[in-house]
Amino acid sequence: MSANFGLIVSRILEGLPTTVWATLGGIALTIVLSFAAGLGMLSRLAVVRWVSRFYVEIFRGTSEVVQLFWIFFALPLLVGFQLVPLFAGIVVLGLNHGAYGGEIVRGAVQSVPRAQHEGAIALNLSAANRMVRVILPQAVVEMIPPFNNLFIQLLKSSALLVFISAGEMTEISEQLRPTLGPDLVLVYTVVLVFYLLLAIVITVVMRQLERVGARRLGRVPRERRRVLSRGHAPDSAGGL
Amino acid sequence: MVRFDTVAKRFGDTVVLDNLTFDVAPGEFVTLIGPSGSGKTTILRLLMTLERVTDGAVYVAGQPLSHMRKGDNLVPASEKHLRAARKRIGMVFQQFNLFPNMNVLRNLTEAPVRTLGKSRAEAEERARELLDMVGLAEKAEAHPTQLSGGQQQRVAIARALAMDPKVLLLDEVTSALDPELVSGVLRLLEELVRTTDITFLCVTHEMQFARDVSDRVMVLDGGRIIEDGEPEKIFTEPDNERTREFLHAVLDRP
Amino acid sequence: MTVDWSWHAVAEAFPLLLRGLVVTLEITVLAALLSYVLGLVFAVIRMSRIPVLSQLTFLFIEAVRSTPLLVQVFMFYYVLQSQTGILLSAFLSGVIVIGVHYACYTSEVYRAGIEAVPKGQWEAATALNLPRGRVWTSVILPQAVPRVLPALGNYTIAMFKETPLLLGIGVLEMLNRAKEYGAETFRVLEAYTLAGVFFLVISYIASVMVRRLESRVGTL
Repeated sequence: MSANFGLIVSRILEGLPTTVWATLGGIALTIVLSFAAGLGMLSRLAVVRWVSRFYVEIFRGTSEVVQLFWIFFALPLLVGFQLVPLFAGIVVLGLNHGAYGGEIVRGAVQSVPRAQHEGAIALNLSAANRMVRVILPQAVVEMIPPFNNLFIQLLKSSALLVFISAGEMTEISEQLRPTLGPDLVLVYTVVLVFYLLLAIVITVVMRQLERVGARRLGRVPRERRRVLSRGHAPDSAGGL
Repeated sequence: MVRFDTVAKRFGDTVVLDNLTFDVAPGEFVTLIGPSGSGKTTILRLLMTLERVTDGAVYVAGQPLSHMRKGDNLVPASEKHLRAARKRIGMVFQQFNLFPNMNVLRNLTEAPVRTLGKSRAEAEERARELLDMVGLAEKAEAHPTQLSGGQQQRVAIARALAMDPKVLLLDEVTSALDPELVSGVLRLLEELVRTTDITFLCVTHEMQFARDVSDRVMVLDGGRIIEDGEPEKIFTEPDNERTREFLHAVLDRP
Repeated sequence: MTVDWSWHAVAEAFPLLLRGLVVTLEITVLAALLSYVLGLVFAVIRMSRIPVLSQLTFLFIEAVRSTPLLVQVFMFYYVLQSQTGILLSAFLSGVIVIGVHYACYTSEVYRAGIEAVPKGQWEAATALNLPRGRVWTSVILPQAVPRVLPALGNYTIAMFKETPLLLGIGVLEMLNRAKEYGAETFRVLEAYTLAGVFFLVISYIASVMVRRLESRVGTL
């Protein structure tokens, strides 16, 4: 083990909080935007559907790195001020993944059987109550596994914040590169292991939510799976 | 109580209901029978506003259901009008349609609290009464999926009753049940017919039940009423040849 | 507030970005090809249950999918450069890392496609006493591959949208060209907006093509 191991770990740890905050902030914004866009795409009002669809297509159709550059470097020319790097990062991570999340929410709401809508209509629940009390509580459980994948994509994307010097882990590793040449493999390995651990934390939390949700709906929770193996690939693809 | 005035329902080129006209008196129990695809269930779904009429109008307690009066004309109803209309109507479904995200008690109290503006305590008291009536008092805290099909259907009936409907629609309520669970649900329904003044429209394949509890039986075929009368008459000496064929086919089934 | 927007700058940046776009597309195509081939190799290794090798492949796939592509790019490019003496261009490094990264995704696509081939097909092939390799090449894959094409198409679009991160190692792709132009002229807004439009238009066209493909072969 290299003599620099302790130094490397302690330096990378300096970047960990920023990575965590960027990811948590991005996840929070993603959730808000996913529901807004997903429900918006199902709205009865054509204008709302159109605006939601426009947002989703713009952010899925362009590159996340381009979005980051645009919001951090180009937007200031329009509004007259530049966002704090971490904040700009959270905004981009949220906007980008919220667009993918919108499709998750829309799909999950549509997957709730028609019979549940009809049961709620027969009890004369209002449209808002049908959605909030009956449909969404069931749809949310369906959303958890795809959101798990999406949040891990978001965690991975937080590395892009190196381009706007937010001070997260990837940037620290870039700072270490010139001085720690011979230990480069170690530097990157440590960074990758930290990302892997964070990904595992996300998966463990989401699995737990999935089990709670399944129990709420009276389903037998799926058997414990290995923490790795997240089933099918996240939809970072898709495009328009 | 219920009036269909030359109601037509078409899906594309398929005619489901063909200029249907009939009345149902308050407190009457009307059973709709007929071969599958004859439009029985569509009648119930129109009444529950799950479908819209293509032509004609449906009235419940004198009020147009899926239309509103605007001067002398009837125009398609707004959501507000639909909600007012649905107040009088309840429905029990073949597949129960209980909400899996709520326990049994909550299934019964959610709509009274949200729609009728009852307090939760009030709604729960009534819900427990109803559960007691359907013989499931001890299952109040249970989850719908922990119940048998027959129990789920009794909960669904109690849930519909919690909204105090004037008209209750029964859509093949025993068809999804295992044979041994059917009689419990039917007995509960008979009890309801005897003890309440609710108007029933019932689609069923349980011919003995139809014969025992109905005030009137309507036979549908191809979206038309081909025969309408007292159960004894229809089941013993039907006028229509198609009725005879249909009854022959169902009653001779082992 | 008036927006300071110059169409002249757009016109000026356009050919520059177009040159970058060529590089972006080259990377996308090469990385995609690599991911198609390698993904299939991964899938077959995982599914053929070769002891140790299958498990190692599984771990590799999961580790790669759980960590940032950008860090993988940095690691591959700089470690190779400084510690092995192998001089690989940034362009080629980018192609390899993106290709391998997405192979870990396409392997799942292939796996799902292969699993969707009815079990009876295996049994019938075994009954005909076909050798194992032959079962793969003439029975299973011809049925599985058409079904995975739309998903591969979607991942290709995803790879296309990932290429700009290669500016981190100095590849002169489209975003880097936009950055360059912005630095020279201070016309950052026009340059990055134009880059965004290029991405939007191309991924739109590509996704329409994928949808066509989908309707032709059906989805998994």
